[in-house]
Amino acid sequence: MAVTETSATTVMNNVEAVRATLYEAMKNDDRTIIIGEDVGPRGNVFLITKDFIEEFGESRVIDTPIAEASIVGIAVGMAMEGLRPIAEIQFADFIYPAFNQIVGEAAKTRYRSNGEYTCPLVIRTPYGGGVRGALSHSVSIEALFYHVPGLKIVAPSFPADVKGLLNAAIDDPDPVLFLEHKKTYRLIKGEVPNGHYTIPIGKANVLQEGTRLTVVSYGLYVHWALEAAKQLAGEGLSVEVIDLRSIRPMDKETILASVEKTRKLLIVHEDNKFGGIGAEISAMVAEEALFHLDAPIRRHCAPDVPAMGYALPLEEEYMSSPERMAQAMRDLVAF
Amino acid sequence: MTDVGTRPATLDKRGLSDEQLLAIFRNMLLQRQLDNRGFQLNRQGKVPFALGSEGHEALQAGAAMAFHRGKDILAPYYRDLGLAVGIGLTPFEILLSLFARADDHNGGRQFPNHYSSKAAGLMSFSSILAAHIPHAVGAAYAIKYRGETGRAVLATCGDGTTSEGEWHESMNFAAIHKLPFVMLVENNGWAISTPLSKQMAEPEIWKRAAGYGLPGRRFNGLDPIETYAVVSEAMERARSGAGPSLIEGTCYRFLAHSTDDNDMTYRTREMVEEYRKHDPVPRFEALLIQNGLATKEQVDALRKDVLRETNEATDAAEALPYPVPADLYTNVYEGAWQPWQ
Repeated sequence: MAVTETSATTVMNNVEAVRATLYEAMKNDDRTIIIGEDVGPRGNVFLITKDFIEEFGESRVIDTPIAEASIVGIAVGMAMEGLRPIAEIQFADFIYPAFNQIVGEAAKTRYRSNGEYTCPLVIRTPYGGGVRGALSHSVSIEALFYHVPGLKIVAPSFPADVKGLLNAAIDDPDPVLFLEHKKTYRLIKGEVPNGHYTIPIGKANVLQEGTRLTVVSYGLYVHWALEAAKQLAGEGLSVEVIDLRSIRPMDKETILASVEKTRKLLIVHEDNKFGGIGAEISAMVAEEALFHLDAPIRRHCAPDVPAMGYALPLEEEYMSSPERMAQAMRDLVAF
Repeated sequence: MTDVGTRPATLDKRGLSDEQLLAIFRNMLLQRQLDNRGFQLNRQGKVPFALGSEGHEALQAGAAMAFHRGKDILAPYYRDLGLAVGIGLTPFEILLSLFARADDHNGGRQFPNHYSSKAAGLMSFSSILAAHIPHAVGAAYAIKYRGETGRAVLATCGDGTTSEGEWHESMNFAAIHKLPFVMLVENNGWAISTPLSKQMAEPEIWKRAAGYGLPGRRFNGLDPIETYAVVSEAMERARSGAGPSLIEGTCYRFLAHSTDDNDMTYRTREMVEEYRKHDPVPRFEALLIQNGLATKEQVDALRKDVLRETNEATDAAEALPYPVPADLYTNVYEGAWQPWQ
């Protein structure tokens, strides 16, 4: 963590960390523009940018028409022309109309112009379930985008990481998809250093060291994995928990070093199992560390159905829980 | 579709000088020659692909004359050879793009005609229709946001592109924010094989302007002077802070969509021959000669000069190397590319 001016810390939750970081970014650089639906007087549906419009004006806090492709597309043009836009997609589930602008345009701008044009763009969006958000306010979208070179994807879980990584995303000269798990918005609190600091994109965080098993996760499930690991610790089983924080680029070295130590790997994510982030991590570990393994790599992920339902039993069946994670950990330790 | 029609006895130059009129004509000849060269090189097996702009010469040469170099931004599409050379790209740069050489602005990465030049104010774009229109609007927003005056963004597209959602979204946003933006539609009646009648129920695209609260206008894109006048007026309006416009120039597409397209599968030779009767190049040539702006000999000399320039550009570009395999790995992100990224 590169802290430039840290006199103290402030306790805040994830959504407050997003707000504080955006506020500082707006204060520090007038090239920064926030563009999205309802980001103005309403302050976005989670009130993240509330009062921003009074302070920074309508030209910097742009309430857009309901048109996701052009929210991102216009931000791409702003970025190509020297501004530092932060585009917001109100819920990750609404990002699909903007898919081409992210994948086909933003991610390829530097490459297709051989570096003549760049796209320093941040696309922020709340994702994830456990909030009774039903089919269209609960999805995880990371696997749809992590196949794309030229794009960076960040998904922090703790308030201090939210701030450090969002600052890094804003500073980044390339497009960054910044995923905020909406259930962690108010649920997760922590100390956040005051002042400007960044956390490098692409560095995972070993949250807890252990010897019997490595668990790799990100987002809400990191918190549940920690709870599960606590249960196992009570049973005398030491689990190493890694928070990826960045999905692309991904911290290969940290994962490999951990697997070589514990010799067992469990990947836990909220997104569907098939073709998910876990598939890539599994392949990477199989390619690079197969003979360090004492057990098959396992993935504890969502079932392959389109989304979690609105009804509580449907949501609970789709999502994992600390108890289910703990069981998956026990099973793998016992292999 | 309208035509040049009967000329008044005195040529209305719409503010263009004789030199500018001749520069427009030279651009038209150059377009024709470079188009021809692309198709020749393709048939010789020297380039895998080429796109032609034949039929669009007047529209693009006239529009380019309304562009202020060093100030305005152009967000073109892939049938904008005449706009590219009209705003300052050289035939050599065009040939570098055709041959996909390392020295091309995009390093030989893109299809031909997908130009990019930050120096010329030409925004990099992809082949995805309408995806560049929001970029143009975003650039226009940046200009307005920074309080820059005397600058505007000229975006172009074909008629087919106006069916895309991003086209509509961009027009809507540009109108809401009164951006320094001009949407120029080059309506040649075809989206590869799909005729206008299958693309839209209302064939006059400019009429949509009213729906966005914008001024809209249609003009004869076979007439470079009329094109210049309409584009120039819209650009001045944008530069002065009065807001965006939607303008539509009508023209024809004489060639197939590309060297990979056989247009005889969806239209007849007779139809194309009928189009050719409205060829803007000989018509403008005749106009210049009739009005004493050039002699037949001067026109012939101009043709020779354009051919010489094209030949020299061809030889110079062809002699240069391709990108090397290692170039595949650069400019994915800033800095060095890492396999795990």
